[in-house]
Amino acid sequence: MSRSLNQRAKGKTSSVQISTYRDQHFKGSRNDQDHLLIQSTTLYVGNLSFYTTEEQIFELFSRSGDVKRVIMGLDKVRKTPCGFCFVEYYVREDAENAVRYVNSTRLDDRIIRTDWDAGFREGRQYGRGKSGGQVRDEYRSDFDEGRGGYGKIVINKIRTRD
Amino acid sequence: MSRRRRESYSDDEDDSSRHKRRRTSDDVNIEDRLDSLITRVGEKSTSSLESNLEGLASVLEADLPNYKDKIIKILCDCVIYLPEKITVYTTLVGLLNAKNYNCGGEFTELIVRNLKDYLKTGKFEDARMTVRFIADLVNCHVLVAGSVLQMFDNLIEVTLEDNIPQVRSDFYVYAVLSALPYVGRELFEKKEQELNKLLQTIENYISKRHHIHVPSLRVWSSDDPHPQEEYLDCLWAQIKNLRNNKWMEKQISRPYNAFDSVLCDALQHTLPQIIPPSHNDEIKYPLPMVVFRIFDYTDVPEGTVLPGSHAIERYLIEEHLQKIIDSNFLERKECAAALLSFPTKNKLPLNYIIIETLFAELFNLPKERHLELFYGVLLIELCKLQPSTMPQVLAQATEMLFERIDTMHTICIERFVNWFSYHLSMFQFRWSWDDWSVCLEQDPNNPKPRFVHEVLHKILRLSYHQRVMESVPESFHCLLPLKPQPCYKYEQEGAGSLPGTMKAHALMSAIKSKCTPEEAAQILKELPSDMSDDNDLSFNPLKIDVFVSTLLYLGSKSFSHSFAALAKFHPLLKSLAETEESQIYLLKTLYSVWKSHQQMLVVLVDKLLRTQIVECSAVANWLFSDSMKQDFISGYLWEIMHSTIKKMSKQVDKLQKEVDEGRDRLDAQRRRAADGLDMDGYDEDIPTTEMIDRMEEKLESAISQQKSLFLIIFQRFIILLTEHLARCESEGIDYNTAWYKWVIERLQQVFLQHHTLVYKYVMTLEELLFTSNIDIHILEVFQQFCSLRS
Repeated sequence: MSRSLNQRAKGKTSSVQISTYRDQHFKGSRNDQDHLLIQSTTLYVGNLSFYTTEEQIFELFSRSGDVKRVIMGLDKVRKTPCGFCFVEYYVREDAENAVRYVNSTRLDDRIIRTDWDAGFREGRQYGRGKSGGQVRDEYRSDFDEGRGGYGKIVINKIRTRD
Repeated sequence: MSRRRRESYSDDEDDSSRHKRRRTSDDVNIEDRLDSLITRVGEKSTSSLESNLEGLASVLEADLPNYKDKIIKILCDCVIYLPEKITVYTTLVGLLNAKNYNCGGEFTELIVRNLKDYLKTGKFEDARMTVRFIADLVNCHVLVAGSVLQMFDNLIEVTLEDNIPQVRSDFYVYAVLSALPYVGRELFEKKEQELNKLLQTIENYISKRHHIHVPSLRVWSSDDPHPQEEYLDCLWAQIKNLRNNKWMEKQISRPYNAFDSVLCDALQHTLPQIIPPSHNDEIKYPLPMVVFRIFDYTDVPEGTVLPGSHAIERYLIEEHLQKIIDSNFLERKECAAALLSFPTKNKLPLNYIIIETLFAELFNLPKERHLELFYGVLLIELCKLQPSTMPQVLAQATEMLFERIDTMHTICIERFVNWFSYHLSMFQFRWSWDDWSVCLEQDPNNPKPRFVHEVLHKILRLSYHQRVMESVPESFHCLLPLKPQPCYKYEQEGAGSLPGTMKAHALMSAIKSKCTPEEAAQILKELPSDMSDDNDLSFNPLKIDVFVSTLLYLGSKSFSHSFAALAKFHPLLKSLAETEESQIYLLKTLYSVWKSHQQMLVVLVDKLLRTQIVECSAVANWLFSDSMKQDFISGYLWEIMHSTIKKMSKQVDKLQKEVDEGRDRLDAQRRRAADGLDMDGYDEDIPTTEMIDRMEEKLESAISQQKSLFLIIFQRFIILLTEHLARCESEGIDYNTAWYKWVIERLQQVFLQHHTLVYKYVMTLEELLFTSNIDIHILEVFQQFCSLRS
């Protein structure tokens, strides 16, 4: 069959392709990682509000198929939600539909972002920033009410000034 | 010397292999280039379509000597994968045929072979697009008109066959009718008499078709304000109008007209005979449809004209939009952009037609054409691209849907709830609720208040209670769901007098201090087994009540907590609820804890089914039980019902696949053995006959479970509805209450949503349940379902 039409017939259009991001803490070769990503049924979901609950995520993501589980991302220190999660589906097709139709839409008034994940491992649920949250919340200089106000570094600066 | 020879030898080899490799990669490059050139022609471009087509035809002509097969194959793929550009490709084929007669002949040969194949293998939509393409080739002087008429005659002859389902003849008539707007004018000019004869045969057929299926496929039961017509009747009316207009239509872009001087000199081909393959019961023909109408010309602003419902243009535009959606649904942004750059957009109230087409697909019965979520997100993309016009049209349509909701089918109301709640969640839950305050004065079981109530429930799931409360005016708070929270009776006031309270508290502290399942079981053992006079129960209800409610209460913080609790005590839960009766009791306990949290109920029942703590039949019986009466018309209850049916069918499919694969492997191994081949290295995953027998037993039992699940569901429906009808008759009141409408349409939903599954058991259902003894109102639903394929 025509190559471009064939890809389309199989549903392999651009939006479900894996992105350029690779988890730097992944144990294994780049090839292993890519292989897992291509078959994965797990998504990383970012830019969540700290206040968004597992239930809300479940509801939105269930609209593309049966969700197996949601793993909330937690602040390493405080063990509270820190703005990301993993969503695991039972089948790949449903996960692909989430990437197609949920990615870059709103949840709790925030545009959320999805990316393929190679599969959840214990420990991945914790933020990797120095202060316990996500790295992006260390360096952020804007004020984001849904994600604890200013970034950690800015907050510390404000504090020392006081 | 020898060294030098070897060198030269190896040099040669290197050279030739390098040469070969280069040639193959060149081939691939050229093929990819051809592919991209052909599939992209007709897309947005700086130069005119005509000059692009002319250029492409010359390029392809040059490549014909080396790549003819490839080019023809790609063109044939475009016929079915890019049907929205049909006339672009017929023109291209026409130009190639004018340049190279053989190429046109080979294309015709392949497309006819494909058509026969699609018909044989049941790819009916591909077949329909191919028939249309072949018909349009007359306009490009590739085929002679008489030849296409002959094809039509052969297809229409199916209507004269005896003992075939109507859906079979419907398809063949539909294929011809939907090709006629393209080629009607040519046939009228060249073969008027034959064309009239063909139309006469079609008219005879149309007039004698049955319409039993129609009520079950209508979005609205009422024809006010717009008739909801059966699809073939509607298309026939449109074709008759087209005929009255001397086959002149204003919608199809016909690039071949610009090449008339080139094309008219081309030699034409005749088609070989195309005889439809005969009927067999394995073939699944397309289901009939009812045309969805929400707008007419009075709804659109002045300046543009919405073609009337019997104008062929309305059909052509809608179908074109559908094809654009089918080609682009995987990429929502591209899909929205493609819809909005519709070729004749300036002459049309395009936004209105797009909205009508999208809702038609979303509400399509029995199934929506694509994922419900896709329509939601596509509408948002459309609003983003046309922020000054699209949201208003969408709001207008939403108002109309709400206004006409009293006669809307329950299945469609459900999809409307899902879409609207989703849509609001993308727009900060802003809506002019006050415009809908009419629903506050109505019986809460009526469609309008129920719709609002269900929407608020879904919004609650996507946000949180306070947010919902702040989003609607205070007058709407009577329709607001309760704040979801667990209800744990052993800690409520008066719990002291309950028989299980002491043990419940003991259990709670044991689980909190991470006791083992065995220790928990030990605590439960001390509960009295006899709660009431019913000591003939096969299980101890108190044990289930204490354990399940305590466990769920402790896990109430989130879904994950609940899942973890269920997982840790899985064996104990299973041992407490071995019989169906006890499983129903477990579900009742779950309900008593979480009745204010619908989503939790949905998610936990799903988990209980997947972990096989409860069986599908127990869930169905629980949902129909008296304890769920007050929620029986709630959306979430049906969410649970349908997901239960779905899980059952997935289980059957999985076991079926295992049996099939096992058999295949065993057969393959036997063949190898018979051929005397070495079997080393194969024996690992080859099942024995006994293993296959066991798999088959499992499959058999799953199939019989599935069958009994449907029997339970339908039987409970019949009992419930019969009771209602009898009571109304004896009391002399109208049976057609709000409750009745919800319930009878939920029955219809079970048939429609799972029609392929239910169809497997249609004989059993007819023999055991839907007999002539039952009330005609109930029986009708069954007959409508059966007629979908007859």
